[in-house]
Amino acid sequence: MNVVPAYQQQTTDVRQRFDTLKQRDVTLQVQNLSKSFSINDGTVTALSNVSFEVHRREFMTVIGPSGCGKSTLIRILAGLEFASSGVVKLNGEQVSGPGPDRGMVFQTYTLFPWLTVKKNVMFGLRNLGVSDTLAQKEAMQWIDLVGLDRFANHYPHQLSGGMKQRVAIARALAAKPRILLMDEPFGALDAQTRAKMQSYLLEIWRNIDITIVFITHDLDEAIFLADRILVLKANPGEVQELIEVPVPRPRLASQMLETPFLSTRQHIGELIHPPVSEEDDLPGVIRMTPVGDDVEPQW
Amino acid sequence: MSQPGASASLDQTVVATASTKNQANSRDIPLVKVKDPWFVPRVGLSARRNRVLGIASFLLPLLIWFAISYLPFLWHPNIKITEPGDVSYFKAGMQIERERFESEYAKLVTSGGELPQGEPSNPVYLPAPHEVATALYTSFTTEPRRKSEQWFHESLWHSITIIFWGFTLSSLVGVPLGVLCGTYAAVSRLQEPFIEFFRYLPAPAFGALAVAILGIHDAPKIAIIFIGTFFQQVLVIANTTRKLDTALIEAAMTLGSSRLALLFKVVIPGVLPDLYRDLRILLGWAWTYLIVAELIGTSSGITWFITQQARYKNFENVFAAIIIIGIIGLVTDMLLARLGRRFFPWDRSGDKQAAHA
Repeated sequence: MNVVPAYQQQTTDVRQRFDTLKQRDVTLQVQNLSKSFSINDGTVTALSNVSFEVHRREFMTVIGPSGCGKSTLIRILAGLEFASSGVVKLNGEQVSGPGPDRGMVFQTYTLFPWLTVKKNVMFGLRNLGVSDTLAQKEAMQWIDLVGLDRFANHYPHQLSGGMKQRVAIARALAAKPRILLMDEPFGALDAQTRAKMQSYLLEIWRNIDITIVFITHDLDEAIFLADRILVLKANPGEVQELIEVPVPRPRLASQMLETPFLSTRQHIGELIHPPVSEEDDLPGVIRMTPVGDDVEPQW
Repeated sequence: MSQPGASASLDQTVVATASTKNQANSRDIPLVKVKDPWFVPRVGLSARRNRVLGIASFLLPLLIWFAISYLPFLWHPNIKITEPGDVSYFKAGMQIERERFESEYAKLVTSGGELPQGEPSNPVYLPAPHEVATALYTSFTTEPRRKSEQWFHESLWHSITIIFWGFTLSSLVGVPLGVLCGTYAAVSRLQEPFIEFFRYLPAPAFGALAVAILGIHDAPKIAIIFIGTFFQQVLVIANTTRKLDTALIEAAMTLGSSRLALLFKVVIPGVLPDLYRDLRILLGWAWTYLIVAELIGTSSGITWFITQQARYKNFENVFAAIIIIGIIGLVTDMLLARLGRRFFPWDRSGDKQAAHA
């Protein structure tokens, strides 16, 4: 029998979690998704034959080297871009174009600057035709959930980066999406705020019925948040592996120093940065020669 | 390491002796005078320096004007005659070039006769500050020479109404069209190539045509201001609209906004503060077309006043009128800026003070 690598070894708890997870309905189904752009001379393939499934209340992160098309993928899921071929199904129905059933949190701050925090959160509800008083009430519940009730009447420019993204999460969730798409939402935040936001997000996710697809380029973030990690490779963007994270929940910062976490981290690290062979000629290295042969280099 | 430490302790002893003498707070920290250079790229000034320089920007040209007007050795190329003497064509109050005066003077010295008297003066087209200052008041109180002519305040008001209608009509069409061009590629392609062509045609070139079609009164003047403003306005506003962050529109799409809602609930409120700023700048441009517009058909308004006063050689009134146009422009802009801050409390790109508030 083959030896199971450390990152695939699951405790009974974890295995049970994945068993129940896989028995749940499939919320998002992606089949043979491809996307190519035509530029001046020829075409560039951003995504090639990407297929995966996300179950209800699953937290999936997507990671890969830059240029692997992870942003393109999430924009296609959101309906902001169109695939060249392939199908995206939400709860069994094919999606085309953006819609409130798929909420999105962007990397850049996209709160409407002319609306207060409360009005921002009400935006999706009003689009759904919810009455003003009811929308206000519901918005306040979401604002409470992200802990910003004191800032309900502030404008976005009066908030810090982390607070803005919390409002953006509340705004997306208030529209009652089936799935929340997050495109490196904490990418612009400093390390401490980012860590806090990750715990916050897990807390919110635990308390409500929401499925999350989360794009990141940060290894620790990808593992810390996810049930499963979709690892993409670049040129063209293809699925490299779908990893079941063996770290039990609830997640704690201390787990980041334990074997399940570290072995997963090492494995993904190897997938994303394949080892450079010694024989490779590195064109980037330039030999710096001193001006004359008799001059000793100064450095 | 030991040097700074030693000097610090020395400072402390000085402070300590000083404060024991005064029986004052012994924990006073000695104030360090920090150098505050004037010329650092992209670094703002203190409130005090802002104020001082703001006043100086008006004082400097005034100072030059004062110097030229009241210091005879600086310029004063003419002689204003007080006593004509025996020169046949001299008259009291007449201005004549200095060389001419001196040669006539020298002739009389050799031939004998009563010598003319005069004092150095500036040409008539450069009145002194005090003359203009009085004109700022008297231009309003001077009765028009003919009954059919207008008082100064009447012609000023006439100009303002021309500007108002020209700019309002232009904005009523230009702003919506500009926003549509900046939002929808189809509208932009249908409109902008022609507008790009048309905006290079100088508005005054349409003067004769405007008079032929619209008559000689106010209508052609309003039309000239409209033509001068409208085409620039559409392009400027289309560009401003295009600068709205696309991510905001995308965010609204993922929140279920309909196409129409994207325009009315995202694009328009999103660009409103910048649009308002554009209109303030464009209003300044409208004023520059005023002078040309008012020369078309029957001359009227402030332009009529200025040309008329120049004809009478009342140059102090000409200067007064010019200064009043400047003041009207400056005051309306300041007023609009203040209103803007009230209308758009979320907007902080306009000024730094809002950011502190």
